[in-house]
Amino acid sequence: MSETFEYLLRLGDSALILGHRVSEWCGHGPYLEEDIALANTALDLIGQATLWLEYAAEVEGKGRSADDLAYLRDAHEYRNLLLVERPNGDFGQTIMRQFLFDAYMVPLLDRLSAHDDPRIAEIAAKTAKETAYHLERSLDLCVRLGDGTEQSHARMQAALDDLWPYTGEMFLGDAVDAAMGVDPSALREAWLATVRQLETAGTLALPDSEYAHKGGRSGQHSEHLGYVLAEMQWLQRSNPGAAW
Amino acid sequence: MTTAPDVLRGLSAGPAHEVPGQARDRVAPGSDLAPIWGWLDQVPDPEIPVISLVDLGVIRGLAWSGDTLEVTVTPTYSGCPATAIINMSIQDGLRARGVQKVAITRQLSPPWTTDWLSEKGRAALEEYGIAPPQPAGGPSRCPHCQSENVSKISQFGSTPCKAQWRCGDCLEPFDYFKCI
Repeated sequence: MSETFEYLLRLGDSALILGHRVSEWCGHGPYLEEDIALANTALDLIGQATLWLEYAAEVEGKGRSADDLAYLRDAHEYRNLLLVERPNGDFGQTIMRQFLFDAYMVPLLDRLSAHDDPRIAEIAAKTAKETAYHLERSLDLCVRLGDGTEQSHARMQAALDDLWPYTGEMFLGDAVDAAMGVDPSALREAWLATVRQLETAGTLALPDSEYAHKGGRSGQHSEHLGYVLAEMQWLQRSNPGAAW
Repeated sequence: MTTAPDVLRGLSAGPAHEVPGQARDRVAPGSDLAPIWGWLDQVPDPEIPVISLVDLGVIRGLAWSGDTLEVTVTPTYSGCPATAIINMSIQDGLRARGVQKVAITRQLSPPWTTDWLSEKGRAALEEYGIAPPQPAGGPSRCPHCQSENVSKISQFGSTPCKAQWRCGDCLEPFDYFKCI
């Protein structure tokens, strides 16, 4: 299996699974404007997943479509980060997960915008603009809620503590990354500079643990992904080839 | 202010809703592209019908390839659900003018930005009650009363391309065409 295909799945699957997770909020947002913001963010992510997975399907060259990749692969064939399959929890958990992901994707997409593969470069340049817009909102909310009431502060700190062990995986490179000429560990400094604003402006304490759950990018997932896929894939699995 | 008749006029404008094949001559392949740009300038954006697809800046190019008219289109936002409708409107609009074969190609690069909006489109947006995009990242004034006393309600709005703002003087909420 080609490294390019693997790498595109990683990008597409993380966008798809986070998009699906965030879409679970549709109709349940804490207030109307935030409900709309969550749905729009989910829509962007699912659109981005489509761009990556369309290219993945072309690179694979086995006649599969982006939809086939999304709806007909099992959990062990998914290559998303463990972070994005974490359950939504309360709103604080959801927006903290979004922030930690956005803060990572901004420098990664910036790097990929200059990739040797022109298709990767153009998708990265397109999605980087939306992702920067997402980061603006997720950072703003994390800071405001961190530096908010006693309750909002406690919830944001709990969210950060809970999600922190799932951030290390983003910076662990492997043979696929090397073959693509991308070194994820080089992104950590830029990510940390953004994340430190949680401390300086958001009054939150960054956990000092280096422990990292890992495996998502090579297909070893938590039990949560299976539930996401069961819901997402139910229609295609029950009615193969259904279209509208 | 926006009124219902304005919206209806916008929706019924252009050839997209004409019945194909109604007494129009076939357009000869290889013919002048300038009038075709004009026809596309009458195809309304499906979500903001006061501006055309040409105003929106999503039509990147037109070219004849044999007997097929190739239309290059760029998406606004990756997940914008209007993308499929836009492609359909282009097909319908051109067929109604007598273009027999249309092929639509997606082009991602350079990415669409709000800089691609035409001056005519920006003016039409404001007239309609949507503040046009500004490099500063927020509307310069209320599209209803022109007050500069405006504040953001939410970064996101009713479609992927808009944010919600409000005016501190006339107290009306309004859409802002967000700037990326």
